[in-house]
Amino acid sequence: MSLTELSITELHSRLARREVSALEVARAHLDRIEALDPMTVRAMLTVTRDHAERQARAADARLTAGETAPLLGIPVVLKDVLTTRGIRTTAGSKILERFVPLEDGTITQRLAEAGTIMLGKSNMDEFAMGSSTENSSFFPTRNPWDLDRVPGGSSGGSAAAVGAEFAPFSLGTDTGGSIRQPGALCGVIGFKPTYGRVSRYGLIAFASSLDQIGPFTRTVEDCALVMNAIAGHDPCDSTSLQAPVPDYTAALQKEPSLKGVRLALPREYFDVEGMEPGVEAAVKAAINQLESLGAELGEVSLPHTRYGLATYYLIAPAECSANLARYDGVKYSLSIREPGAGLWDVYERSRGEGFGREVKRRVILGTYALSSGYYDAYYLKAQKVRTLIKQDFDSVFEHYDAVVGPTSPTVAFPIGAKTQDPLAMYLNDLFTIPTSLAGLPGISVPAGLSNGLPVGLQIIGKALDESGVLRIAHAFEQSTHWHTLRSPIAQMDAATARSA
Amino acid sequence: MISATPVSPSTPTAAKYEAVIGLECHVQLATHSKMFCGCPSDYSGAPPNTHVCPVCLGMPGVLPVINRTAVEYTLLTGLALNADIPEATKFDRKNYPYPDLVKGYQISQYDLPLVKGGWIEITVEGQTRRIHLERVHLEEDTGKLTHVSGGSLVDFNRSGVPLMEMVSQPDLRTATEAREYLRKLRTILRTLGVSGADMEKGQLRCDVNVSLRPVGQAKLGTKVEVKNLNSFRSVQRSLEYEIVRQAAALDAGETIPQETRGWVEERGVTVTQRSKEEAHDYRYFPEPDLPPIFVSADWVSTLRSRLPELPDAKRDRYIATFGLGTADASALSIDQWAARLFEDTVAAGADPKKAANWIQNDVSRLHDETSSDGHTLDAAHLAELLRLVDDGVIGISAARQVLPSVYQSGRSPRTLVDELGLAQVSDSSALEASVREVLAANPAPVADYHSGKLTAINFLKGQVMKATRGKANPAVAEDLLKKLLDE
Repeated sequence: MSLTELSITELHSRLARREVSALEVARAHLDRIEALDPMTVRAMLTVTRDHAERQARAADARLTAGETAPLLGIPVVLKDVLTTRGIRTTAGSKILERFVPLEDGTITQRLAEAGTIMLGKSNMDEFAMGSSTENSSFFPTRNPWDLDRVPGGSSGGSAAAVGAEFAPFSLGTDTGGSIRQPGALCGVIGFKPTYGRVSRYGLIAFASSLDQIGPFTRTVEDCALVMNAIAGHDPCDSTSLQAPVPDYTAALQKEPSLKGVRLALPREYFDVEGMEPGVEAAVKAAINQLESLGAELGEVSLPHTRYGLATYYLIAPAECSANLARYDGVKYSLSIREPGAGLWDVYERSRGEGFGREVKRRVILGTYALSSGYYDAYYLKAQKVRTLIKQDFDSVFEHYDAVVGPTSPTVAFPIGAKTQDPLAMYLNDLFTIPTSLAGLPGISVPAGLSNGLPVGLQIIGKALDESGVLRIAHAFEQSTHWHTLRSPIAQMDAATARSA
Repeated sequence: MISATPVSPSTPTAAKYEAVIGLECHVQLATHSKMFCGCPSDYSGAPPNTHVCPVCLGMPGVLPVINRTAVEYTLLTGLALNADIPEATKFDRKNYPYPDLVKGYQISQYDLPLVKGGWIEITVEGQTRRIHLERVHLEEDTGKLTHVSGGSLVDFNRSGVPLMEMVSQPDLRTATEAREYLRKLRTILRTLGVSGADMEKGQLRCDVNVSLRPVGQAKLGTKVEVKNLNSFRSVQRSLEYEIVRQAAALDAGETIPQETRGWVEERGVTVTQRSKEEAHDYRYFPEPDLPPIFVSADWVSTLRSRLPELPDAKRDRYIATFGLGTADASALSIDQWAARLFEDTVAAGADPKKAANWIQNDVSRLHDETSSDGHTLDAAHLAELLRLVDDGVIGISAARQVLPSVYQSGRSPRTLVDELGLAQVSDSSALEASVREVLAANPAPVADYHSGKLTAINFLKGQVMKATRGKANPAVAEDLLKKLLDE
């Protein structure tokens, strides 16, 4: 078995036993990325070999000194929206093409302290706006299950990197589904923690009240290990929560059982127009599996679900219209200055050429929603509906431990299929957006195939009940084989690829 | 000063109109660190862009953290202004593009400011009036642009310095009232220790809103905002100018356009900067990076217990304890330096009324002229000087003469009086020779006196003072004159 096939847990035991060095592990992954990525999925925007090898040597020194931290020597890929000191961070945008941050974000730093090895930065929809990674200013990323299809988005590069076995785990960010949806489409675990559970300091903001960092892994146990490293209060992020962080692996049981666990099935997440029958069938089978593990199921209603998209597309653009104002062509961003050009020319040319279509669409939408005379009708109304959506979940959680349903209404779609129709693209996030608006933790776990492409099961928990979500996901995973299926690209051997 | 402006001064127009004035002040808070990051907030003298970090540069990925001290300084100010402290407050984003604004938005407060209402009492020409405040809120300062040939330079040292915005209601009626309001405000801020409040250093910045309406009319006229006011004097002068300008325009049947005007110090005029049509839509919305702040009653009462004695309380105490008149008490209480000197001088044994009188006149003139040279007047010395006068050792004019030397040298008045030979001569035998000389040299006034013009003695007394270079005790000199004339 090659090193790149191994999960975090498996790599950890080999590293801890000194059967393999962190440098060997890092190089195996870097070699695989360099051999396969450019001609296949194109998950990576920047590969940081020197940096990774330096970190690997440091990890080896710590391992030699007897340290056995769970992530010590484990490779990781970071979504290019997380700032990395001295390593360019683009947020998938031409406007930040040459931006080199002065400092690591909190999570980049916590991972470094935990001993992880950063292999590079992954591709994404520009400023995390999109559901297919086709909005990257640089190039689209492809799905490791079918290179003609999208990996989902906006964290498509991070999802594809784990699905293609370029790294045992990666980090993405989720604003309206940007971890869970690509997780589902690439057949990996994608976990969005409770809003405020993981520090946003160093996360280039799209929509501040929704953005949240979370992991992609190939097993639920790995997901729990990563959460142990990244969760917790950060004094630099005033919206990060003070609540103590439990050991997330403690929630995982050896014998998969869901006895006494009450699961709610929202009517609004099934029988929806545009839902693929194959997805619905796989999700229903998964639910039967949960029941067979002892879970009690009940049908519920989340009546404001249908307003989720509209609410999201007012709040998120409003916030982004302010968050993206700093890219003005004067400071670190792309600056187009023609001789004799005035200040406004610099603003307009730099932003006009630096931002892509979807970003401009949302900045304009958000600017409009906040404008004098429209604020009450749009932004304020959306905030009120957001409260109603949150209350929908609150009342369900009075009687249930978690909500389950599909992550995305479809499997991965062909590249270019929805780029001309923003509304069709937005519908991908129908089931993930309400969770984001409510700030709740949600996970997508592999739950079968439809036409040979992965389907994700979404499990949504109460605020700060990451443990409960992980426990259910783990029980499901342990009683099914879906997470063991490998994408065609994952099965490609780097050496074979090179000779071909 | 006003007649030097291009506005026609032909009619006393100002009397026909009432000015309605409101002030919007920005106050830099004297916190150690900036509003949302750990950079030092005192940037005076620092080379450009040296007091900066990713947060106050608005780099991608950074987040703000609220400076608790800045919040407390704002709450203290609110308490000092007798204002309401709402329980819930929050920050908002104020969106506008400008190269000195790093994020493209300013973190400010919109509908839930930290402080609501409040008032400041001002005394002008013996009349005490309450000027109400609309609100006080907290925000971050911007960077500073310097325009040079071929471009503009930006210094972000000031970016993110805590800034308190204080908006008055349009309660002011004259330029003098506006200046007094500012003086009182400055004293309150300095007494609280929340700001240096130095206008020349930009720690206290002020925009004025002014409109005119016919005397007796309730409806307000169109307001004009005047910016770029860098001193108390420019606030007063620009208002005086605007009142005359607007009155002349109204007299000529013109309408006043709503606009922003800038004060041009060198020319003593205001000029159009921006009309209302160009006004911004700031698209305020709640700052999602900062949770709301809840101000508990406990927090407020802790802060209240930290309040020092404020100018109004000081004024009342001066009246009650020292028997000062309202005008003297008000004037001393709004000047921290004068108030301290007054209390110390009285503590050193001086008569309060005399001390107040001296401090407000000779001493304050001297202080204003020389305040930048680092000298101070020792209260014990001032008390000693007053005692020398009371005891008849020196006269008032000698005391006035010796005061600058005391101030500059820091030496005791007694010593200086002795050195300079200023002690007054109260011994009539010592004065007799001088008096006789004066009588001999001025036969005409002497004759006048003898013919019944008794006031001629004043001239003769003046001649004695002159002959003794001011050292004669005037009362003793007069007695002696009378005695010799009547002989």
